[in-house]
Amino acid sequence: MKSSVKKSRRHFRSQLTQFVGFLALRISVYSVLFMLLYFFYDLGSKGLGAISWEFLSQVPRRGMTEGGILPAIVGTFLVTLITALFAVPLGMAAAIYLNEYARAGRLTRLIRLSIRNLAGVPSIVYGLFGVILFVNILKFGTSILSAGLTLGLLTLPWTITASEEALKSVPDSYREGALALGATKWQMIRTNVLPYSIPGMLTGAVLGLARAAGETAPIMFTGAAFYLPFLPRSFKDQFMALPYHIYIMATQHHAIDKARFLAYGTALVLVAFVVLFNLGAILVRARLRRKWRH
Amino acid sequence: MESSHIAIPEGKPKIQIENLSLFYGPKLVLNNISLVIPENKVTAIIGPSGCGKSSFIRILNRMNDLIPEARVEGQVWIDGENIYDKDVDLVALRKKVGMVFQKPNPFPKSIFDNIAYGLKIGNHRGQAELEQVVERSLRQAALWDEVKDRLHQNALKLSGGQQQRLCIARALAVEPEIILFDEPCSAIDPIATARVEELIHQLKKDYTVVIVTHNMQQAARVSDYTAFLWLGELIEYDRTEKIFTNPANKMTEDYITGRFG
Amino acid sequence: MVSVKKKGVLGDVKESLIKKVFQASGLLAIIVLLGIFALLLYTSIPAFREVSLKEFLTSTGWDPTSPEKPEYGLLSMLASTIMVTLGALLIAFPVGLAVAAYLSDVASPRAREIIKPVVELLAAIPSVVVGFIGITLVGPLIAKTFKLSHGLTALNGSLLLAVMALPTIISISEDSLNAVPVSYVEASLALGANRWQTLVRVKIPAAISGIIASFMLGMGRAIGETMTVLMATGNARAFPHGFLQSVRTLTATIAIELGEVPYYTTHYYALFAIGLVLFIMTFFLNLTADIILEKQKRKLQ
Repeated sequence: MKSSVKKSRRHFRSQLTQFVGFLALRISVYSVLFMLLYFFYDLGSKGLGAISWEFLSQVPRRGMTEGGILPAIVGTFLVTLITALFAVPLGMAAAIYLNEYARAGRLTRLIRLSIRNLAGVPSIVYGLFGVILFVNILKFGTSILSAGLTLGLLTLPWTITASEEALKSVPDSYREGALALGATKWQMIRTNVLPYSIPGMLTGAVLGLARAAGETAPIMFTGAAFYLPFLPRSFKDQFMALPYHIYIMATQHHAIDKARFLAYGTALVLVAFVVLFNLGAILVRARLRRKWRH
Repeated sequence: MESSHIAIPEGKPKIQIENLSLFYGPKLVLNNISLVIPENKVTAIIGPSGCGKSSFIRILNRMNDLIPEARVEGQVWIDGENIYDKDVDLVALRKKVGMVFQKPNPFPKSIFDNIAYGLKIGNHRGQAELEQVVERSLRQAALWDEVKDRLHQNALKLSGGQQQRLCIARALAVEPEIILFDEPCSAIDPIATARVEELIHQLKKDYTVVIVTHNMQQAARVSDYTAFLWLGELIEYDRTEKIFTNPANKMTEDYITGRFG
Repeated sequence: MVSVKKKGVLGDVKESLIKKVFQASGLLAIIVLLGIFALLLYTSIPAFREVSLKEFLTSTGWDPTSPEKPEYGLLSMLASTIMVTLGALLIAFPVGLAVAAYLSDVASPRAREIIKPVVELLAAIPSVVVGFIGITLVGPLIAKTFKLSHGLTALNGSLLLAVMALPTIISISEDSLNAVPVSYVEASLALGANRWQTLVRVKIPAAISGIIASFMLGMGRAIGETMTVLMATGNARAFPHGFLQSVRTLTATIAIELGEVPYYTTHYYALFAIGLVLFIMTFFLNLTADIILEKQKRKLQ
């Protein structure tokens, strides 16, 4: 008898398994999406009421039960600035070495291994390292500088990886073309690789910095302060930071009702900041990818 | 194997290759090749794909140096200087030996900046001189009339054929003595191909041209001398006319008549 | 006729100097990693002048500020860390793998374009905010469900850490599934298997090492996470007995105590020793995951 290619009962059973299996996958995805949306909804609905121009532009008052979060915004901005000044150039330079100069070998493998491992070091361990190195040994004290550099080290593996991605997206034909016209290696990199990879590098850097700005554990002991009713005057000063402020308001404050309301507001500000930078970077990156695909 | 037939061309030699072998790691890519490339002539390198043609041409401006595991044995003399000597300046070499790639590779800059690239990274020159060189190179590459009104437009907006002529102009702008073409027409249409071939024909007045092609008609049309490479060996090298009408080697004959490759 | 010989050494020197600068930046990665280990070790050692390594690793009592008899036992906190972490992975691993499988095998390109950035966004939520959600949203929910006085429990920590480990598990697993050669899939489909059978019997087994690596990397993230557990698990100092109790992890202990501890005391050094333990645990997890991923890459090439 010839075998039939019509749908059989066995076929039906395997189709049913597939349907159920894929449904399970879909449910997983939808629950993750739903959860994320619900987080945002909860934060948004409870935090929006706290946010006003006063909240953003004033210093905390009355033991942080009133007033705003300006010192925390400024502090986070300044720390992130130090982080950027440290991690972005170094990350770019390391990426240039890895992508343009390094040849396959033990040393290169070791560097890459270290970078991937650094990305997995717990953030509180970076905090401990920052206490020893920046606060104590280098005597920067608990300050914006120490905290910024600690976050800089934490961000380094991300900026290196992002910069290398950007360098990889520049076609090799640009490199060959430049060398064939008599460019030295550095001329080739400077004139015909960097100009086309810097937008991508900066996008990746912004993503890394947005993440760094949300970190708490590394700055807790390297410079973040509980409560400062004024703005920092130098990079050697302590500072208030948005993430640390959320922690304080959520767990360390006695007047729960008043503090909780302000904590929601602060959390919303921080999340809005991180999300906006992420969305921005994702959009820019998508555009850059399309640009190189011609 | 039948003995190879390697002619010595008439005229002044520009490049002399002696016992050249190329390895990629343990793999032998070119085996003990010797030949002389004459000045102000077009020399074509033909052979089936994978025979080492492109590797061969990249020996002449040492672009193979970019491949970490590449190793070269033997000598390549250009104007009496062995370019694999230790004291060779790669920048000077690559200015002297220009190259046009398989796929047009204009930089994502303006037409003007593409042509001026080689000059700008070299010694700085005045704007007036740059403009002069850009115009001269574009005229030589027969592109001037098409682009003279939009020199500051992005070069990526040009058509494929125009892009390839732009790359030729860009190579000419640094005043090389030798120009290497690595299958310059494989990525452009027949009409554009005809223009590039015409251009190559004119270039030999002033330059020594080496062209790699898998298109035998093209080799027959543009070149004065032809070398047939097969699996890293130089099988036959002679005047193009001779190779295509009366090859000395059976394998060459089989290849040009399309029996393999 | 231009000569191609070098006219001086200045150009070479400049180029090699530039290379050296970039190389130094690359080497910095190795130096920082070694530096973290070395300084942690150096700062931990003084603790063991007063505390034996055996007591540190095997005793359950941790009470460094006791005036009569300070105790420096790590075990309760280590058990709490492991418990909360494993609980998190119990949730995050199946869900993460499901999302990865959905992205690689089911989702339309359009759905993928939306879901992938959302997953990235999940990774971008600061851990302090996740902890805050634990206090305000998830904790109370747990308290209500299990009729507890408060929800700051190991379960709360596990749920939140699951969220934080998800992006790592999803992206590494998805990469591994995508790296399975198309030829395997085609062979399976050609033999009459449907897409689900191909996913379960061909793709997941072929990508299994990468999936295991994603599990380990997710575990590394969960073990090292500080703010979330600090805020959400209640920080009770006892040996953990169940998911509905408050627990205190290694990371939380450092976070709670380092702020108040007098510098250069045994207590201070002991906190760095905890840091060293964390570093070593995550280092070996990451290293093993890395080796697995490298091997898989070579195998599938």
